[in-house]
Amino acid sequence: MKKFFPLVVLALGLLYVGSTLREPRAPAGAPDAVAFGRLPVLVGGRIKPLDTVARGTLLQFQGRQTVRLADGRKLAPDEWLADVLLADKKAHAYPVFEILHPDVLALLKLKAEDGAGQKRFSYEQLLPGLEELERQAQLALPVEAQRRTRFQREVVRLRDNVGLYVRLQASLVPPDLETPLDALTSFQNSLPAGIAAVRLRQQKQAHDEAAAARLMDLAGRFDFMAQNAYLLPIPPDDAEKDDTAWRNTGAVLLDTFQSGAIEAHALSFAGLAYAWRGGKTDEFNTIVRLLRAETEKRFAARLVKVDAETRFSAAAPFYTGMVLFVAALLLALGSWLKWPETLGRAALYLLALGFVLMTAGIATRMWLEGRPPVTNLYSSALFVAWVAVGLCLILEKIHPRGLASAAGGLIGFSGLIIAHHLSLTGDTLEMMRAVLDSNFWLATHVVVITMGYGSTYLAGFLAALYVLRGALTRSLDRETAAALERMVYGILCFATLFSLVGTILGGIWADQSWGRFWGWDPKENGALIIVIWNALILHVRWGKLTGPRGLMALAVFGNIVTSWSWFGTNLLGVGLHSYGFTDRGFWALIAFATSQLGLIALAIAPGLPWRSQPQANTPREA
Amino acid sequence: MRTLYLEFVRFFVSLRLTVGLLALSALLVLFATLDQVHLGIWAVQEKWFRSFIVLHEIKGFPVPVFPGGYFIGGLLLINLVAAHLKRFAFTWKKAGIQLVHGGLILMLLGELFTGLLQEEYQLRLDEGQTRNYSESWRFNELAVADTTDSATDTVTVIPEQRLSSLGDELQVPALPFRVVPRAYYPNASLMLNENVPPGRPVVNNPATAGLGARLAITPLPITYQQDQRNLPAALIELFGPEGSLGTYLVSTMLTDPQRFSYAGREWALSLRFRRAYKPYSLTLVDFSHDRYAGTDIPKNFSSRIRLTTPDGREDREVLIYMNNPLRYDGLTFYQAGFDNNDKTTVLQVVRNPSWLVPYISCLLMTLGLLWQFGTHLLAFSRKHGASRASSAA
Repeated sequence: MKKFFPLVVLALGLLYVGSTLREPRAPAGAPDAVAFGRLPVLVGGRIKPLDTVARGTLLQFQGRQTVRLADGRKLAPDEWLADVLLADKKAHAYPVFEILHPDVLALLKLKAEDGAGQKRFSYEQLLPGLEELERQAQLALPVEAQRRTRFQREVVRLRDNVGLYVRLQASLVPPDLETPLDALTSFQNSLPAGIAAVRLRQQKQAHDEAAAARLMDLAGRFDFMAQNAYLLPIPPDDAEKDDTAWRNTGAVLLDTFQSGAIEAHALSFAGLAYAWRGGKTDEFNTIVRLLRAETEKRFAARLVKVDAETRFSAAAPFYTGMVLFVAALLLALGSWLKWPETLGRAALYLLALGFVLMTAGIATRMWLEGRPPVTNLYSSALFVAWVAVGLCLILEKIHPRGLASAAGGLIGFSGLIIAHHLSLTGDTLEMMRAVLDSNFWLATHVVVITMGYGSTYLAGFLAALYVLRGALTRSLDRETAAALERMVYGILCFATLFSLVGTILGGIWADQSWGRFWGWDPKENGALIIVIWNALILHVRWGKLTGPRGLMALAVFGNIVTSWSWFGTNLLGVGLHSYGFTDRGFWALIAFATSQLGLIALAIAPGLPWRSQPQANTPREA
Repeated sequence: MRTLYLEFVRFFVSLRLTVGLLALSALLVLFATLDQVHLGIWAVQEKWFRSFIVLHEIKGFPVPVFPGGYFIGGLLLINLVAAHLKRFAFTWKKAGIQLVHGGLILMLLGELFTGLLQEEYQLRLDEGQTRNYSESWRFNELAVADTTDSATDTVTVIPEQRLSSLGDELQVPALPFRVVPRAYYPNASLMLNENVPPGRPVVNNPATAGLGARLAITPLPITYQQDQRNLPAALIELFGPEGSLGTYLVSTMLTDPQRFSYAGREWALSLRFRRAYKPYSLTLVDFSHDRYAGTDIPKNFSSRIRLTTPDGREDREVLIYMNNPLRYDGLTFYQAGFDNNDKTTVLQVVRNPSWLVPYISCLLMTLGLLWQFGTHLLAFSRKHGASRASSAA
């Protein structure tokens, strides 16, 4: 039985992975929201499925992708978006706006108890306070983003989210109409009469009051859509050469005044709204199919990617990876206590499975984007985890003791958690800013420097294992300690190489594009500090200036150094590299640094008895 | 005496010193980065890296707070060189380490030269405009131009620093009058007297001649923000042999020079951004700035520039865009920004004569590291393979 345990674990892992790869399907007999979610739109400069818009928006609003209603029902992202885009005011009642700051709640005259899960509120609930929210936001906006108080940041965030919601609503059909399809068809039929009425009114002659008023009312709505819509859902027409010249529904509807006939897409959207509101499954699915077929003519190749992106989001490989890494970590920890062979192997298998899955995930993202693996802070977190886990697999092969597996599980999990939090700020496949738009340098400098981050973290995490096991358990025997020391040293050499070469490549990029090799910019300085710190540890070891515990403490401090370079410099919000601005991570960063300082104290505080005594803290032969 | 000397040598070649200096340099870089929030990138470089002792202003007094970049870098250099001289013995095993450290020595020296020699200027061009000079965006100068000849101006420039030493009599052979600085404001805003709103603080303005007499001066605190520059103002009195010719208010805010006649010649007076003239001129043919559809995210910006020399040897169009600067005449012109509704380009102009040094040192260090860790890895895998084989047997 024990012999087969690792294989059973692997099989379970594979089953779990397989289960996430099933194609998502809408329930039969209902309008197919999943197919709707696969329709392409242009947002943020790229063509993406509505599904991505739905998931990204929900993450930004409330930190998760599903909507849970008051009656306990759960809405998938596609269903939520269909309700927002097509079902008039229905989505106003869905609690999707997360508000955590008590002062913001007070501003809106809301109590935490009013919200779903004490923190999520619906548009309806916010409506009475929107004017005040806007006023406060206008007060906060002139303050530089980094200098805003938490209240100001939250006010601006909520106001932007509400604005986004309103803009989304104005994307496909004119807002606040009971029956948009009827309104549009009767508008088209009565257009000549309506225009005549308006002309007569301008000339102050007798005219059909009602017809003129109807026309003016609709024109106002179209104009609102043209000004505010968030999505560009209508592909460029055949005369337009530019593939990115997608159009806004409002602008297309306004064109009706010239052409006399409503454009097919705009009319189809109204048809979708009619079918979705009435629950007319066949009509809805047919219109979705037709819209797709229409886009297919010109954008067949893009639609392959759009579909792949939808499947990718539904499979959520990085979430699956998180689960696998936690399982690997637990198995590896278990292997320290019992059945080292069996549990250790099972941990290794899961770690390897997680690594394969991450590789596939990162490769898919690269294909979707047509870019090297690291293009923004989010993808750097994925890559850091990937590099560290890959190194752990090699280390575990060399020293099969469940040590590297544990470190790999921990780093893999942490990296993916960090990535998840970074994904809350928007599209993770966003377009590259001009300054970064160079695949060559992204593939060399950015990849190598990120590998440097990953390996420095790995050294730090291995050292942390050493300290925790040594100080808190009796399990750090002489052999384990020696193995860990060798691993930390080997990885540090690796880290020094990568961070130095990466920094240098960055310098060359800077010289190529800015005419100077080094500009003391915060991000450059951050990379330099990592290099200096790694060099310092290596010199301490070569000079035998401290024992293993001291070295481990230095390596743990490397975690703080790396985190500072990776995120801290973005928090400063200055310099040429401050494109990845984040401010929500600040406290997480402080907490992490504090925990690492605690570990360092555990490692070197004099008079603190360690439960394991691998050897005294004196220099060991290099 | 001998022991003292040995102690001295031992100190400078010790690894302990290396580690200490590395720790100090990591801290130096960290503090300098943090200080950028207040001081901006330029002032930080002067204060932290291009100094022996870092002076930090505490309640207006400069207090030495940390060893500066020259100090730490210099000691590191001595430590490195000394250690290598002391222990130098070439072996293949150590060749990697020696290469790395050789590269490092070169890099430290390169950064020193860069600090001493690098110049950064800016070139702003409106579409269709031609210029044969770039402007410093940190330094200013007082330009006194003799404009009598309609074909050429003869310009005498006085650096801004000279204007801040009040009461100095600046006498230059090219000028028939002396220039005496009366007041100097490193950053000030000017406004027509009649427009000054009540409550706006103004200082006494003794200007008697030119436009300055009609202006009110409001001194502003020095800005360190990267996207703002200080606009200094100065009051200068001109003296001929017969006495005062009047007190002028000059400022970089006033774009048109103030003109007057003296000694039968026409003069134009202006405080302007320091200029670096070139033996060629650049014309902005077109600036373009694309954004991704439906967003404000810049996709690219590029300047189409016509480069011409008076002798006609160069007359060509070049395209400068992100990651693709123009290199000409030992200068690098790169796309730094834009302004004025995408009608104006801002090019950064950098002269860095020691640009090759980091490349060489990088190459040395990378080769060294590869050699060092490569041989380690090889030895390790051999040992590991051997121990595997022995345990299997």
